[in-house]
Amino acid sequence: MKINVRHVAKLANLQLTDEEIPKFEKQLSSILDYIKKLQEVDTTGVAETSPTTDSQNIIREDASLQSLPKEDALAGSKNDKTGHFKVKNVLKKT
Amino acid sequence: MIDLHSLTIADTKKHLREKDFSAKELVTAYLARIEKLKYLNAFLTVIQDEAIKDAELADKKISQGEDLPLLGIPISLKDMYLTKGLRTTAASKVLENFIPVFDATAVQKLKDAGAIILGKNNQDAWAHGSSGENSDFGPTKNPWNTEYVPGGSSSGPAVAVAADMCLAAGGTDTGGSIRQPACFNNVVGLKPTYGRVSRYGVVAMASSLDTIGHFTKTVEDSALYLQVTAGKDEHDATSYPIEVPTYTKNMKKDIKGLKIGIPKEYFAEGLDKKVEKIVRDALKTYEDLGAEIVEISLPYTEYANACYYIIMSSEVSSNLARYDGIRYGNDRSTFGDEAKRRIMLGTFTLSAGYYDAYYKRAMDVRALLKKDFENAWKTVDVIAAPISPTLPWKLGEKVDDPLAMYLSDIFTITINLVGIPGLAIPVGFLDGLPVGMQLLGPYFSEEKLFQVGYAYEQVNKWFTHKPNLKI
Repeated sequence: MKINVRHVAKLANLQLTDEEIPKFEKQLSSILDYIKKLQEVDTTGVAETSPTTDSQNIIREDASLQSLPKEDALAGSKNDKTGHFKVKNVLKKT
Repeated sequence: MIDLHSLTIADTKKHLREKDFSAKELVTAYLARIEKLKYLNAFLTVIQDEAIKDAELADKKISQGEDLPLLGIPISLKDMYLTKGLRTTAASKVLENFIPVFDATAVQKLKDAGAIILGKNNQDAWAHGSSGENSDFGPTKNPWNTEYVPGGSSSGPAVAVAADMCLAAGGTDTGGSIRQPACFNNVVGLKPTYGRVSRYGVVAMASSLDTIGHFTKTVEDSALYLQVTAGKDEHDATSYPIEVPTYTKNMKKDIKGLKIGIPKEYFAEGLDKKVEKIVRDALKTYEDLGAEIVEISLPYTEYANACYYIIMSSEVSSNLARYDGIRYGNDRSTFGDEAKRRIMLGTFTLSAGYYDAYYKRAMDVRALLKKDFENAWKTVDVIAAPISPTLPWKLGEKVDDPLAMYLSDIFTITINLVGIPGLAIPVGFLDGLPVGMQLLGPYFSEEKLFQVGYAYEQVNKWFTHKPNLKI
């Protein structure tokens, strides 16, 4: 099975170099060939499992709790002078 | 002069209490050894001054008669554990300058119990790997032969304990990342039941598989450590609200009549014959101790690896999507090759048109794997199996072949898919390199695993064997 690495990288927001594309294409295709093995298994009537233990829908009381102070939340960001996270333009100027 | 080689948590506590040496002397000795063994590359960050200060505080508490479970015990942590004010990298360039603003729950509990953190350990970046070579800060070396891999992904914590650079070390196990390096380093490694230890504040790899465990020299130490970290945490909804037993309470009871299951699929083709012999010798010891060895079958085993690589990659792609360099860390161009491979594989298997064929099917097969084990517990109490199909391999041998590297995990990944606990114990040596074995039990059976591991350890004290290191 061949994988469209360029497309998948775009979906995953990864930038690849021209040299990386054939390398990853080869490696990922061989992994996909291997995991094709699962198609052999008869899974009729099997209930899909998600939680490993039987816990489901764990909720807590809807009460406000102490959260991180603003300075702490911004401490790892490269631009915290304005008290906000700085992000790239989302909308293009017309 | 403190003999760091012979110490365990259990007897260090006694020495500290009886003032044979102080916590400060102990920490100083460990820090000096860490410095001398730098060439093993087991640590990414060492904490000098802070650790000495913590030791002085521990000495003060000891002299005041305070008794905390790990008071004055020097430990280290895989660099997946967030430590407040202390750089945490997950061994990735993405987080090379990341300073967390809070402690992981496990870290908080260890600090509250009096443990002294000496530093943060090297690992495969993001816990992706089986050899320690995927670290963006250089590979960790196996202390038993520095030309060989120490296993992964918790490479640094395993080596730190094996080479007597600390008494215990925290790791994470998503597909074998504690048990396999324990096996390659002659130390005890525990992968607890999913949900037994809070995952809060530990860098997430694959959220339905991640478990927070540890490395120690002995089984008893492993029990003492879990006693501190286990329990429900309101910050982790998947931590499980079941009582934490006193893990050492039944540890020394004999194992006469215990039924140990041997899954034939784990003793099949692919398992190195010489490794198999050593594991079978360990089973013989169990027979001598009065246990009964029962051959069992876990028929879906052959599908586990494919199932694991779909589920793990899918969850990795989702968890690593948050690293955008905006709130903290560097941008996505700083991911290494293995992270990129897993992100892309997971993005693909979750993408439109492929979800049913890959992720959904893998989850169905996961249910069948769980059933395999449910059936096994009807006839046996625990299961024993090899951990790695081979001995440690040479550094560089598998780095260009990701699939070959993935296949080295075939005996460990199923346990994470099913969610049960696994205790790795050393069972001998081959060509100067260690061999381990894993003991598996039903959900939340850690107490039983400690009892079974302890029984073997009383007969064969492999932990007294030490690597011959250049100092």
